[in-house]
Amino acid sequence: MLDGGESFTTPDGRTIGGVLMEMKHITLRFGGVTAISDISFDIREGEIRAIIGPNGAGKSSMLNVISGFYKPQEGEVFFRGEKRGPVKPYQVAREGIARTFQNIALFEGMTVLDNVMTGRITHMRTGLWRQALWWGPAQAEEVENRAQVERIIDFLEIQAIRKTPVGRLPYGLKKRVELARALAAEPKLLLLDEPMAGMNVEEKEDMSRFILDVNDEFGTTIALIEHDMGVVMDLSDRVVVMDYGKKIGDGTPDEVRANQDVIDAYLGVAHD
Amino acid sequence: MPDQLLFAIEVTLNGLMAGVLYALVALGFVLIFKASGIFNYSQGVMALFAALTLVGIMEGQVPFAHLINAVFGTELHHFGWHVPALAAIVLTMVVMIALAWAVNRFIFRHLVGQAPIILFMATIGLAYFLEGLGDLMWGSDIKTLDVGLPQGINLWIDETTYEAFGYGFFIDNLDIVATIIAALLVAGLVLFSQYTKQGRALRAVADDHQAALSVGISLNFIWVLVWSLAGFVALVAGIMWGAKSGVQFSLSLIALKALPVLMLGGFTSIPGAIVGGLIIGVGEKLFEFLVGPLVGGATENWFAYVLALIFLVFRPQGLFGEKIIERV
Ligand SMILES: Nc1ncnc2c1ncn2[C@@H]1O[C@H](COP(=O)(O)OP(=O)(O)OP(=O)(O)O)[C@@H](O)[C@H]1O
Ligand SMILES: [Mg+2]
Repeated sequence: MLDGGESFTTPDGRTIGGVLMEMKHITLRFGGVTAISDISFDIREGEIRAIIGPNGAGKSSMLNVISGFYKPQEGEVFFRGEKRGPVKPYQVAREGIARTFQNIALFEGMTVLDNVMTGRITHMRTGLWRQALWWGPAQAEEVENRAQVERIIDFLEIQAIRKTPVGRLPYGLKKRVELARALAAEPKLLLLDEPMAGMNVEEKEDMSRFILDVNDEFGTTIALIEHDMGVVMDLSDRVVVMDYGKKIGDGTPDEVRANQDVIDAYLGVAHD
Repeated sequence: MPDQLLFAIEVTLNGLMAGVLYALVALGFVLIFKASGIFNYSQGVMALFAALTLVGIMEGQVPFAHLINAVFGTELHHFGWHVPALAAIVLTMVVMIALAWAVNRFIFRHLVGQAPIILFMATIGLAYFLEGLGDLMWGSDIKTLDVGLPQGINLWIDETTYEAFGYGFFIDNLDIVATIIAALLVAGLVLFSQYTKQGRALRAVADDHQAALSVGISLNFIWVLVWSLAGFVALVAGIMWGAKSGVQFSLSLIALKALPVLMLGGFTSIPGAIVGGLIIGVGEKLFEFLVGPLVGGATENWFAYVLALIFLVFRPQGLFGEKIIERV
């Protein structure tokens, strides 16, 4: 039911549209290590797409290919129907793809507010000279973007720490600030690399709720990597399963759970 | 008021003014170091190069005249025009921006990810290259720079203080102007980095390259921007120093004064560069005044370094840097 191009409605009433991002025969090598080997899959507009797999399977590498941080040796990437040329990560960000990192990459010396404001950079258009001279439009733009950022800060319930330097925050809150910064860009596609890793149960529940709300309220398409199977099954519409750089499963949570290769990979059956 | 105290106040004032200029030069270092981790050894030579270019443009000198004449057997030296100071400053800034672009395009873009010592070596190379380029373009003779800044003793201050205390303070007009301009520039840079998109992007790049890329910041753009800002700072410093003591090789040595300022203020702190500059400026003048006579003078040559050394021992992260504790 999911391979046609037309949109449809999920059991919980959300609308999933056509293909937003398509990866075709992606292969990525680091010297002798093949991190990704000939993988194809797509991400559809409005869905939550999970990428799962054991440690070292190549999940983060795949996210890095999507966000332009890694350049695959083979394969093609299509975003909104257009084939992507050789791009830099900052250009990918400007196309409307925002991300978080497995090991949190925040601007530690800056306040929460300033961190989230950097997420608006792709939306701020006035040039250097006007910025430098704090000329009319630059000022108006700053105010307008600031208002947008405050809405996101409210949405993620981090008002209390707005002015705190990020370096002083505990791990769980840092993860949330990183999500806020990515959201501030109002991305078409949001990439989350293990958004709940290292969190306690309560923090995980909060984060799950935020991810669902983002998808629901803003209609943001989300691709996320996660180890906690319970979370993955609850959140995602479709799941890609990777193991040793290969795709071993792709489908709804129920389909994937019933897939023998996936079960073997997770039970650690010897590879031959 | 006792004479000693009056002298000390006068010395302190002069020290503050010197300090603002030290702060300015140190700021050039801090900008580049924060954004790219490069300790730019060529900052002083950039000031010399900027001043040479400014004089050359104002005087209507033909760039590379020696080279052209040697190759083509011509006798070119001057275009025969004079460019007004303000226009020449703008043109020089264009040259400094072009230099910033070229430095990134041809050197540092190829050295991304290299160890800091390699980047540092590259800036040493750049320093010698720029020194040679300056000579080749504009000739190696000592030049005077006059952009119309007022010079000489400020009579108003002299008279007012004489009437009030019976002792007239000697304060040079050039120092006053230099202080005001440098202070405005420093304030402008701080506001720019604090409250504008590009300023925020600059701080973001200084903090984390990967994260900066992920929000859509082009590292190359930021690097050209910081090198241009450093070029601008170098130009201003070059004008001040050049107006005072002529444009010649020794101008590039002002960078040496910035080193102790950086050790005091920390290599990554803008407020640190400012306060550090002021402390060194005032400190070395006061020390010379109070202790100099007892040890035979000339303490200004070493005072700043000794102060910096003491700091290195007791507070290696500088005044404003955070203490780094190794994670184990
Ligand atoms: N920048 C890199 N340089 C060299 N090898 C890399 C690089 N990034 C990833 N690899 C290798 O590629 C393989 C896949 O790594 P990747 O980080 O994508 O796995 P992962 O599925 O995200 O694992 P985890 O669950 O532990 O995060 C590993 O063998 C890893 O060592
Ligand atoms: Mg990973």
